Amino acid sequence: MALKTEPFAINLGPLHPSTHGVFRMRATMDGEVIVDLEPVFGYLHRGIEKLAEGRTYKQNIPFTDRLDYISSMSNGLPYVMAVEKLAGIAVPERAEYLRVIMAELQRIVNHLIAVGTLANDLGAFQTPFLYMFRERERIIDLFEMVCGQRLLYNYMRFGGVSHDIPDEFLPALKKLLNRLPGFIAEYDQLLAENEILLARTKGIGILPKKLAINSSASGPVLRASGVKWDIRKADPYSVYDRFEFDIPTGSAGDCYDRYRIKIAEMLQSIRIIEQAIEQLPPGKVWNKVPLRLRPPVGEAFAHIEAPKGELGFYVVSDGSEKPYRFHVRASTLINLTALRDMIVGWKLADAIVIFGSIDICLGEVDR
Amino acid sequence: MTLALTASEIATRLKEGFADIIVEAGPDSLLVKSESLLDIASFLKTEPGLDFNYLVHITAVDYSDYFELVYHLVSLKHNHNLMIKARCYDREAPTVPSLVSLWRGAELQEREIFDLMGIRFYGHPNMKRIFLWEGFPGHPLRRDFANGA
Amino acid sequence: MEIEKRYIYSDAELDSHEGRLIEELKKNSRQIIPDPDEWLSEELQQNVLLTTVDAVLNWARRSALWPVISFPACCAFELISTAASRFDISRFGMEILRASPRQADLMITAGTLTWKMAPQIKRLYDQMAEPKWVIAMGACGISGGVFKGSYSVVPGYNRIVPVDVYVPGCPPRPEALLYGIQMLRQKIKKRKSFVEEKK
Repeated sequence: MALKTEPFAINLGPLHPSTHGVFRMRATMDGEVIVDLEPVFGYLHRGIEKLAEGRTYKQNIPFTDRLDYISSMSNGLPYVMAVEKLAGIAVPERAEYLRVIMAELQRIVNHLIAVGTLANDLGAFQTPFLYMFRERERIIDLFEMVCGQRLLYNYMRFGGVSHDIPDEFLPALKKLLNRLPGFIAEYDQLLAENEILLARTKGIGILPKKLAINSSASGPVLRASGVKWDIRKADPYSVYDRFEFDIPTGSAGDCYDRYRIKIAEMLQSIRIIEQAIEQLPPGKVWNKVPLRLRPPVGEAFAHIEAPKGELGFYVVSDGSEKPYRFHVRASTLINLTALRDMIVGWKLADAIVIFGSIDICLGEVDR
Repeated sequence: MTLALTASEIATRLKEGFADIIVEAGPDSLLVKSESLLDIASFLKTEPGLDFNYLVHITAVDYSDYFELVYHLVSLKHNHNLMIKARCYDREAPTVPSLVSLWRGAELQEREIFDLMGIRFYGHPNMKRIFLWEGFPGHPLRRDFANGA
Repeated sequence: MEIEKRYIYSDAELDSHEGRLIEELKKNSRQIIPDPDEWLSEELQQNVLLTTVDAVLNWARRSALWPVISFPACCAFELISTAASRFDISRFGMEILRASPRQADLMITAGTLTWKMAPQIKRLYDQMAEPKWVIAMGACGISGGVFKGSYSVVPGYNRIVPVDVYVPGCPPRPEALLYGIQMLRQKIKKRKSFVEEKK
């Protein structure tokens, strides 16, 4: 005799321990299985694009930090590149190398947090998370040595970076790079062969290749589905064409592949930083730029491979010192286009894991 | 290196089929009439040699006389990109065809443009506000909306 | 192009109900709620003498304040760092972030408050049991911060809930947050729960 069931609606509300910020999902469920899902955005919509039209170009650099606040070093880079394209400002070599070193260190921090929170969502309450925070604190100490801030750095400038690295930075960085592969191997060994993690992430939340390309996914989500597309190789910016590194790609498009790619990318980032330290040239780190920058009339678009996906800025100038239009191509909002397809058909507990594996940050989704 | 196709290259290929639709081809972007946006976009997606299968982003800019929509397309196979623009001269109830049937990635971005600029996309499956709440007076990113109000 | 929706509720109705709540709250929050500390500056004879019961209650309350999970934005990461092993909020008895507001007595507001989120924060605050305290963390919590003047940001948490301690910074360092918590504990120490009747 078949059971007669009735669907009901449940609200995974804005303030939830596992939603990585204020994100709301209204789920229609039949028993334990999710039949339909409606994401609700906008609980952190602060109106950055409108506020930026009322501030000068330089005053908008701190706004870019507040977008993806977990990895804010690399957020300023596409904005600064777009304005440099508009105004024709050149960047000294040493500044380019410093930008690469900071961006790759930031990628390691971001992936550590992503894997730590994924383990948290799976039920390994706090232990892997606190272990990863231990490494994050070490890397943040390096950032504090350079620019004095722990979280929202405001380091990029038009024509270079704001400060040169002090003398004790490179020895501390080399010491950290010697120990990081060992730590990453330790986490991988504890997590990757774990029965619970394998059962709860392998084959769950599959994003097929065609849908990934059609929904404009980018970053680890796109690469886990089998598409080898990384902006650092496809459209190199800064000095990335001088380094040798691989692009890890998955095949199945499930949560396990997204986790494996993050671990592999951390090791590739360590490789890039080591090469950058060897090639670091001496010189100045900032080309002088007029105090009130007035770029000529026009528009520019610049994009980078941010840790969460493809982050881009579209800036339109009308000749004055404030931008006419400031638009952010938010990688995490666009990655969420396929959320409904990935979650429908799975259970509620899987929904949390799938959502966590996409790795979003609400500051960028809602702006 | 991603090759940025100049608008004149594409324009020669397009003129064979769509002679009266392209209004202007600037140095690095193509301006098309907004009514025929869907036809040109499906041609760009399916034509062998062009194969624009990845939509990078959609934006809208409010120049006071008209709204300008900017589309950025990339072909993953051939590694080239193209920027297309479409203008909408109606300020009271601007409407433009939606590209969701070609690229799913346009879904949330078009909702955002409707929410913040007020441009409607006909053919969109779920045209409603995304960031602001129902009942919010006006569309904030228009030039005539004063902040702090 | 139509996507088949299988909701059992009407999403348009839910959205417009939410919109009405937000507009109503916005209309009623034009004034700043005054900080609950007028009793601190009362006359000397009234606030120095605490009964033994008061002293014991205050000691119990301030030694294990449990925060509720309420972190909208960037300051959340400094709050989590404070709770992690380096800055260790557990030595103050606060390492458990309770998911249920009924079991919490402190709300550390770590992030920008938008008008869309405001009814939810108010509901969360109302669900907490007395006695409860609020620490406004970061510049966004005090006055709206970098985003002041935006069409969708509430200029400070004290429009929605009464705030006890303000911790400035963007984001405040974990040491600054710990100092703010210390100040709150000093404030709780002086609190009178039983008022002596004047004979």
